Amino acid sequence: MRHIISILLENEAGALSRVSGLFSARGYNIESLTVAPTEDATLSRMTIVTTGSDEVIEQITKQLNKLIDVVKVVDLSDGDHIERELMLVKVRATGKEREEMKRMADIFRGRIIDVTDKDYTIELTGTGSKLDAFLKAIDASAILETVRTGASGIGRGERVLRV
Amino acid sequence: MGPITGAEIVVRCLQEEGVEYVFGYPGGAVLFIYDELFKQDKVKHVLVRHEQGAVHAADGYSRSTDKVGVSLVTSGPGVTNAVTGIATAYMDSIPQVIITGQVPTHAIGQDAFQECDTVGITRPCVKHNFLVKDVNDIASTMKKAFYIAATGRPGPVVVDIPKDVSNQKAEFKYPATISMRSYNPVSKGHSGQIKKAIQILAGAKRPMIYTGGGVILGQAASELTELVRMLGFPCTNTLMGLGGYPATDSQFVGMLGMHGTYEANMAMQHCDVLLAIGARFDDRVIGNPKHFFEEPRTIIHVDIDPSSISKRVKVDVPIVGDVRAVLRDFIHQMETGKLRTDRDALKSWWTQIEQWRGRDCLKYDHGGALIKPQFVIEKLYEVTKGDAFVTSDVGQHQMWAAQFYKFTKPRRWINSGGLGTMGFGLPAAMGVQLAHPKAAVACVTGEASIQMCIQELSTCKQYRLPIKIVNLNNKYMGMVRQWQEFFHGNRYAESYMDALPDFVRLAEAYGHVGMKVEKTADVEPALREAFSRKKDLVFIDVVTDQTENVFPMVPGGKGLSEMILV
Repeated sequence: MRHIISILLENEAGALSRVSGLFSARGYNIESLTVAPTEDATLSRMTIVTTGSDEVIEQITKQLNKLIDVVKVVDLSDGDHIERELMLVKVRATGKEREEMKRMADIFRGRIIDVTDKDYTIELTGTGSKLDAFLKAIDASAILETVRTGASGIGRGERVLRV
Repeated sequence: MGPITGAEIVVRCLQEEGVEYVFGYPGGAVLFIYDELFKQDKVKHVLVRHEQGAVHAADGYSRSTDKVGVSLVTSGPGVTNAVTGIATAYMDSIPQVIITGQVPTHAIGQDAFQECDTVGITRPCVKHNFLVKDVNDIASTMKKAFYIAATGRPGPVVVDIPKDVSNQKAEFKYPATISMRSYNPVSKGHSGQIKKAIQILAGAKRPMIYTGGGVILGQAASELTELVRMLGFPCTNTLMGLGGYPATDSQFVGMLGMHGTYEANMAMQHCDVLLAIGARFDDRVIGNPKHFFEEPRTIIHVDIDPSSISKRVKVDVPIVGDVRAVLRDFIHQMETGKLRTDRDALKSWWTQIEQWRGRDCLKYDHGGALIKPQFVIEKLYEVTKGDAFVTSDVGQHQMWAAQFYKFTKPRRWINSGGLGTMGFGLPAAMGVQLAHPKAAVACVTGEASIQMCIQELSTCKQYRLPIKIVNLNNKYMGMVRQWQEFFHGNRYAESYMDALPDFVRLAEAYGHVGMKVEKTADVEPALREAFSRKKDLVFIDVVTDQTENVFPMVPGGKGLSEMILV
């Protein structure tokens, strides 16, 4: 099962490696991991997408809680939540393809953020599956480069993760 | 008073924490700290001969006292040598603070002389670690280090201090208390869960109590003893839990696990209600978890660490809390609730257990000219009247010591259970002897293990530590040889120790007393003589039967009831 786990941790040198080290040492999967400071500069917010049985996910959250730098852990998949991922795609855009790329970007509500006479760079936000769908929808051979941030997540409504 | 150096702050912090001994080895990056240790006499320094020995000695000191063990090593190789000791303490949850020197801050990352990434190297084997880059942070970091090491599930904490930071100045103020938003260990167990657990215990037909190192670390041996007697249930201890319940009591069914007793393993496998306290169901304890679950049972698990619960086996009633506080709640609730257990069921369960016990699974052949290692431990138990501190290394001798020395008090049995570190026994015994100068301290070891930290015989001489080393010498890495005999077609690949030293002369060369024992009849007199030498370290080299194996044995991957018996 896929789970999306949110972590509030002390914004200190080495905190990230404590988390990533835990996952590699105990053989847990990481599909994606994003981290950045929050509005409180002493705290970082991390989102990890992982897979595992219920037992494994229970251990992951317990082991994360055990890390001294970790302040709070929430499995967002336990309830309603929103997740978004940002992707930048550089595509070949010449001749007939140029108009087609523009059209596909519009359909997926993407934005072209950099233009040359040969290529476009498209910015796309959404769930991971939407980004996957976009990559499938365009001509694969036109893709020059992709970069994805991994998912960030937040609880719906009054569900709040803070100190 | 004005500002003082970081080095002096470190030493002042140790004084504030009431640290009696620091085990260490000097080097470039810690010279300022050593200079400050030199200028005072509150904190005593013990100079080891290898940094692994320092951390093991601090470990033995801690295990035998419930105080935080402290060691001090230099950067680079000082740290890497200490890592085995740190990992040993981590696996057995021993509270320690390890102060490590680091190259100056401006040199970090430059591949400087004796530089290593201490925080990176130790991260997977510490409870937490710190790199202190600002002299103003030393005092609060030291406070945190001692707090984290000793509270919750204890463990080692590394404080890495660059050389320049130890020479900069700051005002010293040791915080009286500390609170951390990200670290709040629990203490009280959930009373509703405890109530539920008691109801389950009351209805149990074939109950079993299984306890581990958590009872020792949590200072809960007397509460455990009271609870077990109130319930009238059988009790087993893990290797780490020995001494948590008196081994001489009739309700004690022996150690369980890979080399546990027949009765303990059978009762563990066939019980209907299992109360696990401060134990973690590890692979050496329950064997194959699938086989373990072939028999249905209700499991109640008390542990201070939530991640120990439902890690290897699914638990029905988890109780997270300090073991002593939880056991007190158990006792209190049982007293006020006037608990009644199922006496008839219990009677027939005990009949069954006595039948298993009648199998006498630890029996061995005393006869013959060759000295049996088990016999040596039995005599050690008699000669020391069961009241010695016993440290061990790792292997067959460790298992025999665990099986045949009947520990009746906690913190008397000191061994590396989790990491299984050969070389642990002698340096650990140094820490124990320093903590208990008048006590009898025995280090049960083998000719392979003892050579892994043999250099500490020199430390023992310097500090006049009258440890009694009982070397069960079978000229084999016995446990390796046993596995090769059982599972590798008697092919004894590299398990034979050729070219062994003459241990008697080796001990003498270090300034100690050496004895060699080659006959069964000489074992007891030799032990008596050794222990009567109150001021001497005596190295007793006992030539034992080379073919002896440790029984019972649950082979790796097998279930608890699939023991190999004699």
